[in-house]
Amino acid sequence: MSRVARQVSLHALQIALPVYARQLVQESQELRLTEPALLVLEDGTQFHGTSVGAAGQTVGEVVFNTAMTGYQEILTDPSYFRQIVTLTYPHIGNVGTNIPDFESPRIFAAGLVIRDLSAVVSSWRAETGLAEVLKLGNAVAIADIDTRKLTRIIREKGAQAGCIVAGEAPSAEDALAAARAFPGLEGMDLARDVSTGEPYPWGDGTLWPERESGSDPRVTDFHVVAFDFGIKRNILRLLADQGCRITVVPATTKAGEVMAFAPDGVFLSNGPGDPEPCDYAIDSIRALLDIGVPIFGICLGHQLLALASGADTQKMKFGHHGANQPVVDVDTGRVLITSQNHGFAVAEASLPDNVRATHRSLFDGTLQGIERRDRPAFSFQGHPEASPGPHDLSELFERFVALMHANRASAEAVVKQVGDDLRQ
Amino acid sequence: MPRRDDLESVLIIGAGPIVIGQACEFDYSGTQACKALKEEGYRVILVNSNPATIMTDPASADAIYVEPIDWRAIERVIERERPSALLPTMGGQTALNCALDLVRHGVLEQYGVELIAASRAAIDMAEDREQFRNAMREIGLAVPDAGIAHSLQEAWEVQRMVGFPTIVRPSFTLGGTGGGIAYNREEFEDIVSRGLDQSPTTEVLLEESVLGWKEFEMEVVRDRNDNCIIVCSIENVDPMGIHTGDSITVAPAQTLTDKEYQQMRDASIAVLRKIGVDTGGSNVQFATNPEDGRLVVIEMNPRVSRSSALASKATGFPIAKVATKLAIGYTLDELQNEITGGATPASFEPTIDYVVTKVPRFTFEKFPRAEDRLTTQMKSVGEVMAIGRTFQESLQKALRGLETGVDGLTPTFGPVETAEDRARLTHELRMAGSQRLWYVADAFRLGMTRDELADVTAIDSWFLAQIEDLIKAEQAVAAAGSEALDKHRLRALKRKGFSDSRLASLIGLDEAAVRQARHGHGIRPVFKRVDSCAAEFASHTAYMYSTYEEECEADPTDADKIMILGGGPNRIGQGIEFDYCCVHAAFALSEAGFETIMVNCNPETVSTDYDTSDRLYFEPLTLEDVLEIVHREQPGGVIVQYGGQTPLKLARALEAAGVPIIGTSPDSIDLAEDRERFQDLVDRLGLRQPPNRTASTPEEAVALAGEVGYPLVVRPSYVLGGRAMEIVYGEDDLTEYVTQAVEVSNESPILLDRFLDVAVEVDVDCITDGREVIIGGIMEHIEQAGVHSGDSGCALPPYSLSEELQQTLSEQVHQLANALGVVGIMNAQFAIQNGVVYVLEVNPRASRTIPFVSKAIGLPLAKIAAKAMAGIDFRQQQVSVPGRRPYFSVKESVFPFVKFPDADPILGPEMKSTGEVMGTGRTFGEAYAKAQLASGVVIPSRGVAFISVRDPDKPAAVELGHMLLKRGFAIVATGGTAKALSEGGVSCRRVNKVLEGRPHIVDMIKNREISLIVNTTEGKQAIRQSHSIRGEAVRCKVTYYTTIAAAMATCDALDHLDNVVVNRLQDLQAEAAA
Repeated sequence: MSRVARQVSLHALQIALPVYARQLVQESQELRLTEPALLVLEDGTQFHGTSVGAAGQTVGEVVFNTAMTGYQEILTDPSYFRQIVTLTYPHIGNVGTNIPDFESPRIFAAGLVIRDLSAVVSSWRAETGLAEVLKLGNAVAIADIDTRKLTRIIREKGAQAGCIVAGEAPSAEDALAAARAFPGLEGMDLARDVSTGEPYPWGDGTLWPERESGSDPRVTDFHVVAFDFGIKRNILRLLADQGCRITVVPATTKAGEVMAFAPDGVFLSNGPGDPEPCDYAIDSIRALLDIGVPIFGICLGHQLLALASGADTQKMKFGHHGANQPVVDVDTGRVLITSQNHGFAVAEASLPDNVRATHRSLFDGTLQGIERRDRPAFSFQGHPEASPGPHDLSELFERFVALMHANRASAEAVVKQVGDDLRQ
Repeated sequence: MPRRDDLESVLIIGAGPIVIGQACEFDYSGTQACKALKEEGYRVILVNSNPATIMTDPASADAIYVEPIDWRAIERVIERERPSALLPTMGGQTALNCALDLVRHGVLEQYGVELIAASRAAIDMAEDREQFRNAMREIGLAVPDAGIAHSLQEAWEVQRMVGFPTIVRPSFTLGGTGGGIAYNREEFEDIVSRGLDQSPTTEVLLEESVLGWKEFEMEVVRDRNDNCIIVCSIENVDPMGIHTGDSITVAPAQTLTDKEYQQMRDASIAVLRKIGVDTGGSNVQFATNPEDGRLVVIEMNPRVSRSSALASKATGFPIAKVATKLAIGYTLDELQNEITGGATPASFEPTIDYVVTKVPRFTFEKFPRAEDRLTTQMKSVGEVMAIGRTFQESLQKALRGLETGVDGLTPTFGPVETAEDRARLTHELRMAGSQRLWYVADAFRLGMTRDELADVTAIDSWFLAQIEDLIKAEQAVAAAGSEALDKHRLRALKRKGFSDSRLASLIGLDEAAVRQARHGHGIRPVFKRVDSCAAEFASHTAYMYSTYEEECEADPTDADKIMILGGGPNRIGQGIEFDYCCVHAAFALSEAGFETIMVNCNPETVSTDYDTSDRLYFEPLTLEDVLEIVHREQPGGVIVQYGGQTPLKLARALEAAGVPIIGTSPDSIDLAEDRERFQDLVDRLGLRQPPNRTASTPEEAVALAGEVGYPLVVRPSYVLGGRAMEIVYGEDDLTEYVTQAVEVSNESPILLDRFLDVAVEVDVDCITDGREVIIGGIMEHIEQAGVHSGDSGCALPPYSLSEELQQTLSEQVHQLANALGVVGIMNAQFAIQNGVVYVLEVNPRASRTIPFVSKAIGLPLAKIAAKAMAGIDFRQQQVSVPGRRPYFSVKESVFPFVKFPDADPILGPEMKSTGEVMGTGRTFGEAYAKAQLASGVVIPSRGVAFISVRDPDKPAAVELGHMLLKRGFAIVATGGTAKALSEGGVSCRRVNKVLEGRPHIVDMIKNREISLIVNTTEGKQAIRQSHSIRGEAVRCKVTYYTTIAAAMATCDALDHLDNVVVNRLQDLQAEAAA
């Protein structure tokens, strides 16, 4: 989809949602979904189901996510760009969708595969049904298939290219050809595609649950420049909750342009695709590391920090996609349950001496967090911003703020020292 | 941190007898705990008074005490065993309360026993309503407005603040006992008084009503490093106001957005931290306002619970086992997730790719006068769980697993014609009873809308929509007729969970025709695995459920395999005893080298632990579901005689479908159950039965009754647990019975048996390999004939039967077993009247008493019989029959009357007990005293005894009077009894019956002037008139006996009350062997 087309769908969605509102929730309950849909994997496996989204065809890497809640957040997470997401939990759409739970302006997942789309919506938070959002967002989705069988195929064979065709008389042959034509995500730079075109400011904190009156958000005056490689809004909200003022910048922003904002810290966002080809970002990060500005990276941002620090990344068999993933904090031995969504990982063996491992996965031992020994920079592979998922690692945002505090204090100390030296 | 080496031995307290609110789930958790501790090399000491538990098997623990769960008895155990630690969190509220008693009385301190997994402070903070509320406020969590009261006066003060309806929750009681919802002043006084009385701390919480709010539970596990995981979320379909044990519940939560779910997750973990549950599993309950999502904490249990058992079965994550290992030092990341074969650690959150539905099972029909509306006090006696890929599928599987005669959302209400009908339907929807779900379905059939139903029931629209859709599908099937059997449609219907039999009745065919059509289309279920991880990791654990999908993961083996059909949900008459037998079959056949396959749907049980058998199918026990598993597995043999009536009633149909049933043949089962065939057999053997006839019409019943002679035992044919069984003393009673109590027809005839009054009843359990018969035990009932054998206490060996009589019984059992061709277990019941032995009935299946007998004699009967069924005879097994035992074992029954204050606690031919306990002693009196103590009956050692007996009991009453006088009691009696007593030389005071004017006996009970009641009656009218005496006895907690024999036994017991001697089961069994 071209950027123009995307912008149109985004626009339509934002206008449409409030308009449809609850009335549509009622109407959607009577919706009868009878259009056929077909999912074909590159290995030739076919799944015949029902179309529950837009008509048409979509191609992408088929992955599965085991989270039982948060389908709306998952679909709108830009990290799923070019991926067809299979949700292993069978009932999807029960609680509809709502504006605050959009993680970006639109659906980024290339397609959705589920067992059952709820015919009704039941949540006081719901504004409209999932099927409507899928249609408005022009997202192709298939339901009523054996998603567990699909999951087991992916587990055994690794993430695969796949094609969903929704609408009348889908052709399995064409779908297979389309799936096989998908080049795969390895070597694919997608961050650039999903990133914002222009810098923009962000100031909104968490929308729900509302903060208890009396517990004021922490007031700081830190300015954070956040690279948008496909950023999730909840990251911005949590930074805002910490009192940060945020400027979101395009993925290709140069270090000098970043420093022109005089940031107290730089944030490297999550995002889709392979980190390796993102040399523009890696260069900027390397330069920012040299400058010594505090850096915090999440997911793709973590991988980019590692690459900029001299480590290697690799493609995983089927990655980690879920909200139940245990990681151990290497320093404390504590186990934290995290939300994860990544198909590439940093190879721990490749870490240079100035980078140390801070977190590891308890599922497969893969590296989950790093810290520079020589720079105020750290990053985490999973999603401390949750949304969806547990909040066990939300302390990382506090850690980032603490890093900015320390950096400012030492900078002030340096300035004072320099001043003192000059006076002498 | 690894295992603690400073501990050498651990004491586990079990939950005691099965009662409403505490069922087999604590055998499951306790058994897991024992296993976990033994694995780690600790010496395990166990106390549990319930003999029908796997945890009290000799191999479960190093030292087992089948002794009362009472701090004085446990102090004796501690004194003898000197455990280094006490694990109190595996035996429900009973164990937790007992542990607190041990702390309060300084026992743990005196013997240096460390309380692990829960500190006294944590238990207090969680269980004490006021402390808990304050704690929640301190961590910023909302709780409903509420206040604590210790008296009725204080209660009224709080009530003014919280308003009506008021939720009343007594502190420290299990299953919400004594609690309720008061809608008006009268109910308020009633419930508060009862609640204060039943709370061990005379404390109730009066709470703002959040009726109609959504109710959720979170199962949380925490370790000493403060690692916390949520094992499972559970959503109640029935909203706040109905005890979660009585609610239909679903896992995982269905109607929460991620933001709401995570808020609840954070809150649950904060609760555990605040309460100070340092290690182990806990359950936190929440309510949310469906309008705005406002979240309040309702309560938490700092221990494993019914919900944690459900969560374990629902996810495949063994909470009790993990909690035990955490208690002795491990952290979550040091433990493996066993279901994935250790591929992943236990420190993760299970994620599931199916829906689990639990539906409670009720038995209000057993307690006709009891209030049958569901409230905050639990009333269900069992539950069924089902797994499906969708809610509809899992719900419909659960419904047919209930075995209440429904095969789905079967219509219950009948035609709605009048305004009154409609009002009654609305009442059923608003004030939920046990059938509400079916009424909801009926309401949809009548055209009520989802909004209307949401308004009346407060059930979330999401669930209502699912039910509505099922009803629409049913209507479409009914309209389409056999066209609904078209391949595409049928597959879609099966994917919604419809049973063949439900479809058959909608179309107007029989079940077999639908099945045939389905198989003709090649539509069969596949089996998916429960793996705790939604297939992210490979699992080699064969824990499976059926669904209609593409890929089957059953992956059956070619091994020699035997399938065991379990007992389904607990109910009165069929409970843990049958699960015990099924588990033993699995263990025994595994020892013998077979692959074992378990089929069951009761989440509380040990049989549904995926560790128990090689393969577990968590499925309803209907013909359809069993046949599909058989089709997939092709077992070499299927055992139907261990799971009670549930599998037994499938025997014929399974055999007809070519399923290889091993052990006693279905024909032999029929021979024993069919009255006429059985009577022929008895005649042929020259044995005696009480005169009996079968009647197909009310008129015939009256006519035949004259031939048989009154009094009569009457009952419908083919029943379990004496359902609707009564003793009638004359024609009036009989007429009332056949016209009002039961329906009599050709299809459901009634059986008339001469009732042998003042007879001794005897149960005999035996096992046979088809050649040799081994008598497990002759059990003499304590209550005389006429009380259901499941309700009667019994003694092994008999305490009053002569050697000759025992010999006669033994011979008759041999004859019957041989003549019936039994292979496996057989139970026979006899009555002995004036020295004559009558055969009452023979059950060629595992009986309720098998676990008791096995424990008493030290011979695992169910195991031996299972091997015999598989073709390994007694000689090959080298079974040695134990000799005479130098001790008595007494089984006593436990009743739920405290939960049903309006029900008559009189014992009769219909079974009413929920569980049982066992007591052992050197004399009958000692064993009986301990059984009474274990069952929670407080035998008074002095005071005033009230005696009022029916005529046939008067001679025995005189004897009883002398015994009581000798032990220092004063006696009061009603007119006739007083006369008989005085004539027999027993000095007593006469007291008015209720109808004779005041002050009468009920006044005396209310004034706490009576400490012991002996009240026997016969005939409908006399029973009705004396109901208030028994009812008041239950309410005022006065010890009462409704049979003269039990009262006599109690006198024997009086001499043994002061000094409880505890016996190690293994020692007793060694004595028996020697």
